[in-house]
Parts: sequence; structure tokens; C-alpha cells
Amino acid sequence: MNRPLLALKEVACFRGGRRLFDGVSLALDAGECVEVRGANGSGKSTLLRTVAGLFPNYLGVVEAAPCSYLGHKNAVTALLSPLDNLRFYQRRRAGSAADALAQVGLGDVLQQPCGRLSEGQRRRVALARLLLGGQPLWLLDEPLTALDDAGRALVRRLAAAHCARGGAVLCATHQALARSARRLRLGL
Amino acid sequence: MFAAQFRRDWLCLLRAADEAVNPLVFLFVTVALFGIGFGGAPERLAEMAPGVIWALVLLANLLSLEALFRRDYEDGSLEQFVLLAHPQFAAVLGKVAVHWCASGLAMTALAPAAALMLNLPLWVVPKLMLCLLLGTPALSLIGAVGAALTLGLRNGGGLLPLLVLPLQLPVLVFGVSAVLDEAAGLGAAAQVYWLAAISMLAVTFAPFAIGAALRVAVEQS
Repeated sequence: MNRPLLALKEVACFRGGRRLFDGVSLALDAGECVEVRGANGSGKSTLLRTVAGLFPNYLGVVEAAPCSYLGHKNAVTALLSPLDNLRFYQRRRAGSAADALAQVGLGDVLQQPCGRLSEGQRRRVALARLLLGGQPLWLLDEPLTALDDAGRALVRRLAAAHCARGGAVLCATHQALARSARRLRLGL
Repeated sequence: MFAAQFRRDWLCLLRAADEAVNPLVFLFVTVALFGIGFGGAPERLAEMAPGVIWALVLLANLLSLEALFRRDYEDGSLEQFVLLAHPQFAAVLGKVAVHWCASGLAMTALAPAAALMLNLPLWVVPKLMLCLLLGTPALSLIGAVGAALTLGLRNGGGLLPLLVLPLQLPVLVFGVSAVLDEAAGLGAAAQVYWLAAISMLAVTFAPFAIGAALRVAVEQS
């Protein structure tokens, strides 16, 4: 049938001459959510960056559908308002920036410079960017950091909704993201 | 993509206008220093004026370059830029175009004031402005390659001038000689064409180098 949205075959990553992990294989189909677990320094972020295409130093096969990457850094410009930040990422077929921001609970700070928002609010702006991208595969690197309880619930809701729409989520995290999520352990 | 990138960076520029103005103030103040320093010999000042103006334009441009990608690099926007900006050529050009508006174009606009302070004959000023207009895009583009290459380095600011200034030298040479020839009544068409050619070459090739250097910077972080 359909090809998986993400296929990893025997992937090994190297950083600073050191092998972070090897032999990672994974197939991620539409509607699936996989949590990448592992201790600090085990290579979770590097795996996600590899899939996104931001890390060249790997062996093995990585075949990924178009993806939206949410890294440690929010990629939110402090000078611009949430609306201006997102307008830049708006593509024609996806929804509007204001709608996405309303969905993540930022409807009342649309015009404030992001530099004046809290860390958690900036994280929410970054989450809204995922909604705008319209990409089938989401790569989330510890999306729950800096968020309050409602924010964490929001991330879980967004991830579940994305999977229900036929997307897939690969998420590096220390806390459970979805009850049905499969787990990929690094650095045993 | 060019328009979207230009719009975003233009908004950033307006919000951080104080940073953008710094190089222009630097240009103005240093030109004034030369004017004051050579106050006793206005004729010699006029002879040196083209060289002084061009050298200071190079340095002022250099001042603004370090910040060109720094903010985007630190807040992670550059990761998204590398991933999402298609075609990258257009996006890079949009980014550098905003930088040029704030440095090259603004300095061109300031040139008459600088010429006045350095006792340059007024009828040479249009040619000086034309040369600045044609030459500064190359300065921004070549400088952006250096800025992108030194992005991941801890002391990139120290390396940047060493990397960039030698490559910008042709612009200085043709720019100065154009103004001198014009002042001597020889006409300066050749140098003007050369400046335009250098900028065209830079517009054509530099964005590829900038894009590749930005990707490397992101991959190394």
C-alpha cells in the first residue's frame, strides 16, 4: 500500500568522532506517533535533526516525507509579533496564521513583539507554525518544555489530531505524549 | 520567496532600527574626524576624499555584517530558513537586499554630506553616488558570504574582516579611481562598468555560496 512517512534503516550517527547510536530502524506510517526515549546525550535530538536533514554525519538510510521540525530553539524572532512571525511560514493551502495562533491559545497577543512574551508563549508560537506548514510528518524535540499543564495538554491534543488527519509524529521526549504511542529507545 | 523574506527582514530592521543606524553614524563620525584632522589643508583633503569615503564605507559595511545572520542563528530561525526557504537563492537575495538597503543604499544617500565635509568638488558627487550605488551590492553580498562562514565560530567577528576585505578590494580600487578620474575631467565610464559587472557577478554567484555556508553553520550547531 502506501509507503511509510518515515523509514529508517540501520541508521548510525556520529558526533565529534564518537558514535552516538547505531542500528536504529523504524517505519512510521500515517496516523502513528513514536516517542524517542533515552537518557540525556543519547542522541534523541541528533536523530530528529538527521531526519529533518540538518545533520549530515550519519550512516544508513533515511527516507522521510516532507516534515516540519520543532527544535530546541523556537525559531521565533523576538522582534516580530506572533502574527508576523507566522505569516512568513504561511503557505497557500494551509490555514491562516491568526487561526493557528488562536488554536494554540495566543489569540489575545497577536500583535505584541515576541520578545515580550514568556518562554511558554513563544513555544506556543512555534507550535502554531507546525499547524501552518501542512507537512505530513512532525518532528518534535521535547515539545513539552516550558509549557504549563494546559500547554502540555494542548501539545498532546495537537499531536493526536495530526495523527487522526493522517499525519505522523516523531517526538523526542521524557514525558509520555500519547497513550497509544510506540517507543523507540536510544542508548541502551 | 524573495518578497516574503524581504518583508520579514524589513520588519525586523524597522523594529531594531537603532542597530541599523549604528554603521551610518560610524560613517558620519569618522568622515567628520578626517575633515577635522585635515582642517589645515583643504586641498589635500579633497585629493584624499574618494579614498577616505570608500575605505570608510567598506568599514561601516563590515560593522553591520556581523549582525546579519546572528539573530536568526541564535533563535533558531536559521534552521527553519535552511529547511523551508525554497528557492533558497531568492530567499538569500531577499535577506541580503534588506541589508543592502540599510547599509549600501543608506550610505549612498549620505554620500553628498560626506563629500561636503571632505571638500570634494560638488560636481563629482553624482558620479560618487552612482559608483556607491553600483558597488555596494557587491560589498553586501561578498560580506554576507563571510558572515555566513564565520557564523558558527566563537570569535567570528575577528576573522570576518580578514576574510572579506581582500575580496572587496576590487570594488574599492575601481570606486576610488572612478571618482579621481571624474574629478580630473577624464570621465569614468570604464570603472562604472566594472563596478556594475562585479555586482552582477556577486548577485549571480554569491547567493549560492551564502546558502551553502548557512547550511554548514546550521549543521555544525
